[in-house]
Amino acid sequence: MAPEKVSLPPFQALVDAHWRDVARLARALAGPVDGDDVAQRAWEKAFAAYPGLASAKNLRSWLLTITARCATDVHRARRPQSPLDEAPPIAVDGPDAANWPDPDLWQAVNELPERQRFAITLKYVGDLDHHGVAAALDTTPAASRRLVSDALATLRTKLGVHL
Amino acid sequence: MNDLESRLSRLTAPDLKPPVFPTADVAYTLHDTPIGTMLLAVANGRVVASSFGDEETMTNRLAKAVSPRVLRQPRPLDDVRRQLDEYLAGRRHEFELDVDLALATPFQRLVLSDLPAHTSYGRTTTYGRLAGEIHKPKAARAVGTALGANPVCVVLPCHRVIGSSGALTGYAGGLDAKRFLLNLESKS
Repeated sequence: MAPEKVSLPPFQALVDAHWRDVARLARALAGPVDGDDVAQRAWEKAFAAYPGLASAKNLRSWLLTITARCATDVHRARRPQSPLDEAPPIAVDGPDAANWPDPDLWQAVNELPERQRFAITLKYVGDLDHHGVAAALDTTPAASRRLVSDALATLRTKLGVHL
Repeated sequence: MNDLESRLSRLTAPDLKPPVFPTADVAYTLHDTPIGTMLLAVANGRVVASSFGDEETMTNRLAKAVSPRVLRQPRPLDDVRRQLDEYLAGRRHEFELDVDLALATPFQRLVLSDLPAHTSYGRTTTYGRLAGEIHKPKAARAVGTALGANPVCVVLPCHRVIGSSGALTGYAGGLDAKRFLLNLESKS
């Protein structure tokens, strides 16, 4: 017997509601050079997988998770030998990177180790809770919490913010 | 949320690029016409909607009935738009388009699918006569309701069907639109 059909909203509604968040997250995860490519790939994957989705719940975090996985793939493809946490910072010499709002913060975020950068970006740019961050990073909420607090500590030191 | 966290949550970049997609299972566009804004949609090269319904309602119905991969993509609708514009300018009497009544119920399909054969350009027929021609002589009222639910307006000419008294009775795009279409056909 065929499984009961899930009632999914038209894909255009997802694009309209979330494309800016996906693009923002992709730039933050993969940097100005690869960010647009990561966002485009994430949408292609989501588009291909969409009719087979088992649930219409949490479509936003589903999209952000795909975006995080695409960013990881790009990163791994660039540096196949290095273990994740020792990967060097992402390329930031994009054409306009210096003109982005809050360049100091961008710089500091880009210099974080990859797992920390992913966790903090998913948490704040993606506005996911620790369960969402953990799902996107294949880890536990406790580990997500730790990554985010380590990242915040590093950023505070780098930016001279005392909070 | 402290200052650093709020700075992070506002972190953004200029010139974000919207994604591009291959042709969707259901491609649609909103098209402005003299009788109002119409939502036109194609799936597998067939017209599945030519409707006065609002975008959210129609795209949700299409997602459910055809495929959730519904996208606003004007290009696959070029031919439909061109033929519609020609018709609305009085330069076209028949549509050369394949129609898919995916949004219709079986009874609506029975009423709507042969509508071009049961009507002709510039002429009107009545709900009762149409009911007789599809061998449902007692179903004039149900036929009227089915026509009112036409998801492929204008292309399937439900506007050519009126009450036996000559009253226009009703139209999804409003009676002014029905009057416009009948006037257009009687002049052209």
